[in-house]
Amino acid sequence: MSTTATKKAGFGSVLWDYLTTVDHKKIGILYVFGGFFFFILGGLEAMLVRIQLVQPDNDFVSAQFYNELMTMHGTTMIFLAAMPLLIGLMNVAMPLQIGARDVAFPFVNALGFWLFLLGGIVVNISWFTGGAPDAGWTAYAPLSIFSEGHGLDYYSIGLQITGFGTLMGGINFLATVITMRAPGMTMMRMPLFSWTTFIASILILFAFPALTVGLFLLTFDRLFGANFFDPSMGGNVVIWEHLFWIFGHPEVYILILPAFGIFSEVIPTFSKKRLFGYSSMVFATVLIAFLGFMVWAHHMFTVGLGPIANSIFAIATMAIAVPTGIKIFNWLFTMWGGTIRFTSPMLFALGFIPSFTIGGMTGVMLGAAAADFQYHDTYFVIAHFHYVIVGGTVFGIFAGIIYWWPKMFGKVLNEKLNHWFFWLFFIGFHLTFFVQHFLGLMGMPRRYWVFLEGQGLDLFNLISTIGAFFMAAGTILFIINMIYTQAKAPQASGDPWDGRTLEWAVSSPPPYYNFKQLPLVRGLDPLWIEKTEGNGKMQPAEPLDDIHMPNSSILPFVMSLGLSIAGIGIIYQVDNPMWWIVAVIGFVIFFGSMAVRSLKDDLGYHIPKEELEKEGDGSNG
Amino acid sequence: MILALILSGCGEPFLSALRPKGQGASDIFELMILSIAIMLFVFVVVMIIYVFVLLKFRRKKGQEDFIPEQIEGSHTLETLWTVVPIVLLLILAVPTVQYTFSLVDTDPQVSAEGEEEEQLWVNVTGKQYWWHFEYDGMDVTTSQDLYIPTDRKVYLSLHSEDVIHSFWVPTLQGKMDVNPTGNRNEIWIDAQEEGVYWGKCAEFCGPSHSLMDFKIIAVSPGEFEQWVNDMQQVSEDDTPESQVAQAGQEVYANNCMSCHALGSSPNKIGPNLSNFGDRERIAGVLEYNKENLIEWIDTKGEEMKPGNLMTTANYDLSDEELDQVAEYLMSLSPSEITPENAEDGEYIDSDLSDLISNQEEGEEGEGEESEEDSEENSEEESEDSN
Repeated sequence: MSTTATKKAGFGSVLWDYLTTVDHKKIGILYVFGGFFFFILGGLEAMLVRIQLVQPDNDFVSAQFYNELMTMHGTTMIFLAAMPLLIGLMNVAMPLQIGARDVAFPFVNALGFWLFLLGGIVVNISWFTGGAPDAGWTAYAPLSIFSEGHGLDYYSIGLQITGFGTLMGGINFLATVITMRAPGMTMMRMPLFSWTTFIASILILFAFPALTVGLFLLTFDRLFGANFFDPSMGGNVVIWEHLFWIFGHPEVYILILPAFGIFSEVIPTFSKKRLFGYSSMVFATVLIAFLGFMVWAHHMFTVGLGPIANSIFAIATMAIAVPTGIKIFNWLFTMWGGTIRFTSPMLFALGFIPSFTIGGMTGVMLGAAAADFQYHDTYFVIAHFHYVIVGGTVFGIFAGIIYWWPKMFGKVLNEKLNHWFFWLFFIGFHLTFFVQHFLGLMGMPRRYWVFLEGQGLDLFNLISTIGAFFMAAGTILFIINMIYTQAKAPQASGDPWDGRTLEWAVSSPPPYYNFKQLPLVRGLDPLWIEKTEGNGKMQPAEPLDDIHMPNSSILPFVMSLGLSIAGIGIIYQVDNPMWWIVAVIGFVIFFGSMAVRSLKDDLGYHIPKEELEKEGDGSNG
Repeated sequence: MILALILSGCGEPFLSALRPKGQGASDIFELMILSIAIMLFVFVVVMIIYVFVLLKFRRKKGQEDFIPEQIEGSHTLETLWTVVPIVLLLILAVPTVQYTFSLVDTDPQVSAEGEEEEQLWVNVTGKQYWWHFEYDGMDVTTSQDLYIPTDRKVYLSLHSEDVIHSFWVPTLQGKMDVNPTGNRNEIWIDAQEEGVYWGKCAEFCGPSHSLMDFKIIAVSPGEFEQWVNDMQQVSEDDTPESQVAQAGQEVYANNCMSCHALGSSPNKIGPNLSNFGDRERIAGVLEYNKENLIEWIDTKGEEMKPGNLMTTANYDLSDEELDQVAEYLMSLSPSEITPENAEDGEYIDSDLSDLISNQEEGEEGEGEESEEDSEENSEEESEDSN
């Protein structure tokens, strides 16, 4: 939220503006703040988990509460923090990068955000209504069916709502990339972040339906007496594992590919060199996504699928290491021969390379099915996926937030504070998770509320907890930096990092219509081309004309609210049928808003040419 | 090799997967070392380039306007870092596939003379939050502590009566899930030396998941044979020596017996207590002493093992009765073979042919039996859920 805007307009009108906005940049900001809020929440849960495990036989939290904490930590971080933060950055940067004025469906974009946010809030309401979900973020049946209270109902309904939002976001990005690229912006000239947005959206499109199906079956088992997963009624618990991981594994790539994209923007910018092996980077991304759909059973090596299935999935898993390796070497050789500037986004990129390489190495080790019999469900796995998700995705998110902060808020975050933030977070991260590899091999299974004395696990658990405090300190510093920067820092130029791609060709923050005239793209890194071969400004691809813009609307918010109310009603109708009334009210709001949207024509409005002429040329100048 | 030495210093000998004491864990350890070696090679290459690049190509003073050459890529290099990893992965893939098959191969081994090995099977049941073991065809049942003979494979058939558990003894073998759906998973374990090895539940199963420990007690084959023979003699009518314990037996008969069996009874609502006096731990995790036992029986383990199903048991004992029943339970030591024999280094050989030929007879109708088993189980479960 731009401070100048806050000062000029009252709080109420700013709130209304954000509730009704369909502008991709504002929705991006909402996603980033929403995701960051849940990131802090999930982080607090993680801290409580680590405090519980600081010493053997600790009784800081009860077993039940511990299970709720670790379940919600996983659920929150994956669904409500990492993904929305990435989708937020996609919203902010991708349309600008491909030279578009907005996403293809601005209304749907807003709907996607509000579904995510309210779905996430629904999941978290469970903390106050008798207990959060407690069956692990994977919610394996039949534990998730036998779980008492309504925690798991909140999980299935809340994630369902959030999942609708994500699915809409994915479809929207697909349509945007396919149809709205600026003149000259061919697919093979797209910046890597836009490419990874595109590929991640394909993954969302194909992976989320599996989750949707799984969650529906779980909901029906728990609330309507179906028996899909109840073994005593002939249900099969392994089906849930398959459904969950058919979604869950591509989900990992939904999280990591956009982070790869961010690093592929940051590293060339701060090495002053074009990305080494651009087409092989694109190809590697596509290949990772493709293979990502055929390795889900590597989460299930110990389920008893048999050695043939295990071997096939083991080989497929190892194969993913090849395109990932290609990427690592391409980044290294992008820097080779360049001039490297150690800005804070670049630091995160540089911290990412060794961290993620370790995560990839342990990934291949886990892929060796026979050895996974020892690694599976131990702290080795915890260490592995935190190296991938924190060392990859979270580092990428922070690099992206810092890199695009000027595009969101018109200011550059304080570099000195960010350096401190990086080092605290980086050191804390390795302290926390490196020793966990050994904890796992030394016999500590994951999801253990306590570990006993005299098993040789004390020291490494203590180190791990100390590391967690470093990460927390770093994050607090980053929050301070955000506030400090918005209060003190001067207005940034349109191109504070000496960027190479189109988003740096417009002012910071960009005008609400992005490009007064759509730019003409002459190759990869279009702004860099203009800087070295032209006058440093994008040439227009069209004459100045009226710009067609979508109208703001409160309907996305109202629709999401209606669906959430309906969800809560459905959760509680098992206790008392009167709750059906609430559910019906919710559905009436939901379908009513849908009807309003469908029946009432909303053709948007035009910004007249004369008004555009009055303003500056809209470039980064 | 050096790597193997360093890693094998990690963790406790009874728990760490890095200190293998069985064929399965050794095979996996070998595979781990191979994969770590390959991966470290890759890591070192990446780090050398990384450090070199960071030192050599950082922007120096006066370079602000320097524009590096904009290189598109290099086919030679890109081919190189595609092909070399593929080769490395193939090297890793061969033993991976080999072990993936051998670790779960529960067919009888065939000796050089073409004779089929006689197999020792144990039916393992996982329940929230304890383990039940039935020696197939031997009329021996126990819970929490699984006695096995050293130097031979023991075959396990795994099944759960509630949620998914996972059977893991890190020092002996990798883990295998224990599923509640009809499919029984099978795996083998073996111990190359005597010892008490810690087992853990490795699949999240509820509040006391972290307290679902068990022990593998590996004794020499002769000692194991004696243990089986002793366990076969256990009967609920055996009278303990001391008077307190005799009184405890009555308390037990009136309050505990509907769930806790002695001898080879099929009752597995609660853990079988045949050799409770020899247990390593109370409830798998607590130190074995009378105070803990009395507290457990008194509080039904509500705090000691949260979420355990004994809390639904309907009994109320006076302090005196608690003392008596604890005394009785701790006197239940039907065999001279106890966990101490796993640590005394004494080795008595036996080919176990007496035990296993008995088992063969019992095994003939195995297919039918296991079907019946699962039917019974599902009945029990539906009762539970009602």
